[in-house]
Amino acid sequence: MPQSSFGLISKAAAVYAKDLRLELRTKYALNAILMFGITTLTVVSFSVGQSGLPPKLLSALFWIVMFFSAMSGLAQVFIREEEAGTALAMKLTADPDAIYWGKLGFNLTLLSIMTVIITPIFFVFTDAPTDNVLLFVLVLFLGMLGLCGATTIIAAIIARASVKGALFAVLSFPLLLPLLLVLVKATERVLLGVSFSSIAIELQFLVAFAVVMVVGSVMLFKFVWLD
Amino acid sequence: MWWKWSLFVAMGLVIVFSFTTPAPQQQIGEASRVFYYHIPQAWICVLAFMMSMIFSIRYLKNRSMEEDDRASDAARLGFIFCILATVTGSIFAKVTWGSFWNWDPRETSIFILLLIYGAYFALRGAIEVEERRAALSAVYSIFAFITVPFLIFVIPRITPSLHPEDSIVDENLKFTMGPVVRTIFFASLALFSVIYFWMFTLARRVRILERKGMEIEE
Repeated sequence: MPQSSFGLISKAAAVYAKDLRLELRTKYALNAILMFGITTLTVVSFSVGQSGLPPKLLSALFWIVMFFSAMSGLAQVFIREEEAGTALAMKLTADPDAIYWGKLGFNLTLLSIMTVIITPIFFVFTDAPTDNVLLFVLVLFLGMLGLCGATTIIAAIIARASVKGALFAVLSFPLLLPLLLVLVKATERVLLGVSFSSIAIELQFLVAFAVVMVVGSVMLFKFVWLD
Repeated sequence: MWWKWSLFVAMGLVIVFSFTTPAPQQQIGEASRVFYYHIPQAWICVLAFMMSMIFSIRYLKNRSMEEDDRASDAARLGFIFCILATVTGSIFAKVTWGSFWNWDPRETSIFILLLIYGAYFALRGAIEVEERRAALSAVYSIFAFITVPFLIFVIPRITPSLHPEDSIVDENLKFTMGPVVRTIFFASLALFSVIYFWMFTLARRVRILERKGMEIEE
């Protein structure tokens, strides 16, 4: 449908603002994500202790915690619309692209808050080396982008299914596996203290993955949303 | 009818010759005979998943339930051949590398393929409305296919592969098979393809009968 890009941006911003306001009222998704993350971190910390784990293990544990915490809350953006019965009104008032961008932005915000809270706790609990913080943050940010890019459309798909519970993780996992493998690898190298240029290929992969996932989602989203 | 009998005879010949001629790869020895079955199975698996994705795209374009039936039938058959290729490959791995499963790049990628289509069937099972099931599973299978190039990029970087490639092509992508091996191999490939298309048309006929049965009940 013909529409100026300005209209798209302001509509997407409206969807984003609406979701943010709703979330701040109940904090349902955020609480689910944070409590899940803290619980798993506690289990990790109690079971393997703080005794200087090798970077390989640390990065794998870190991304397992991140992946499953994200899985516990990211599907909410679309499930909420279906459960409240507001999906139909949204379909009438906004075009699918604006909704997708708004929801993607919201999920990204959710994951950023989770990362800001979980990551320091992880470092405190496991006593991981912190020499390479900037590079770590970069890998983390690109990982979040890829995670959101791939899972937002999956959230839209499962919101329309009758069994929602475990389906989100089941559908997301095969798509995210290449991303997670690269993230674990890159994080391990970062914890070992390597320089920017030696993980350049991994960073390129992370950027490419996020871009392809978002572009693919934008193309396919209207088939999910307007079926 | 005649072609079913010739398929029976030809497949019988392939089975006999695959065990009576010298083993295709001398260094690996007898175990390399799996090559006549494992590769055609993997090939059918890729072919079927490709077909499933093309039918999915066609469904999203023209919204005909027949395309969705075709997509799910192709995916189902692809899944069966994928399992067969995994099992034969795993047995081969036990004989030559010493363990059934060691996350070789090929093993990882076929495992992820099984996961993707397992998730696809889980999704199909979770949606009751027919049109919605068709649209959502079509989107999922297309979206899953987009991630495949990343897989191809990532997996070889994690561990080097032990998967023998030199029994089919050398570094210059020229066929290295001898004339006998080549004949049996391509015959097997062609016959497996015929069997796959036969199974596919059978699945189609079952679908048509099911739909007719539903109409009569109504």
